[in-house]
Amino acid sequence: MTLVLNRIDDRLIHGQVVVGWGQPLDVRFIVLVDDAVAASDWEKELYRMGVPPEMEVRFHSAAEAAPLLDAYRTAPAPGILLTGDIATMRELVLHGGVREVNVGGIHHRAGRTQYLRYVFLTAEERSALREVASLGALVTAQDVPAARAIPLEEMLSEREMS
Amino acid sequence: MSESLSVRALVAGHGDFAAGLISAVEAVTGLGETLEPIQVKGLCGEDIQQLLRERIRATGALVIFTDLQAGSCTMAARRLLREESQVVLVSGTNLPMLLDFVMSSDPNPYDAAHAAVDRARSAIAAYGGPA
Repeated sequence: MTLVLNRIDDRLIHGQVVVGWGQPLDVRFIVLVDDAVAASDWEKELYRMGVPPEMEVRFHSAAEAAPLLDAYRTAPAPGILLTGDIATMRELVLHGGVREVNVGGIHHRAGRTQYLRYVFLTAEERSALREVASLGALVTAQDVPAARAIPLEEMLSEREMS
Repeated sequence: MSESLSVRALVAGHGDFAAGLISAVEAVTGLGETLEPIQVKGLCGEDIQQLLRERIRATGALVIFTDLQAGSCTMAARRLLREESQVVLVSGTNLPMLLDFVMSSDPNPYDAAHAAVDRARSAIAAYGGPA
């Protein structure tokens, strides 16, 4: 088995990740890559308490995580790679061999434009996602397994036409 | 005309969890107004925390009921508890729990919430099926 999902989600560990994806994919570990969370014991405990006991959570900074991903990909059980923002995932595409990126949730914030019910982006974030794609990763948006995976350009085009 | 009831707790969760449970509380007790549903669709974690903070301050409610332990509402509420130490958070909310809470005459919201949790646990059961 391997990392079955490489997800950008600003809520990090939450219901959709643990239950929505975690249960059907039989996920046994989550690799949570976030510099701020990795540096705070309180934050780590907060996220650890949210997952069921059979699921393990590993915390890393972006720099720490990139060289470890190959090992996670050969782990015997399925796992999810999770970042809270595009910039962190970009690092893991660039230096960690990530080839598929799931945009799972980037929510409303001042300065962002809505593209999907669960995707809001600034102009810079839109460019950053395109850059991730140009680095060789297949980028799609999909909040839960039952939804369709929407290709990046399809998601971005509707808003740009209007 | 009945006098309006004050809000004693916020309810927050996935989809229409809050509005649905509160409508059930209203149907059973007529006390739905004592619970305020929090709509979080499309909000990031920080915005959920901000919204909970604002509604706690505006209503004076001291209890927050949420659905999943790993849910973003629960996460946001746990962060809020760091600054609002008098607030009680209850996750894993179900209907028997909310009914017990709204019917409780205990003036201490902490005690009322804990009693509601005990009631909720004892209300869970499975019946029937092959032996």
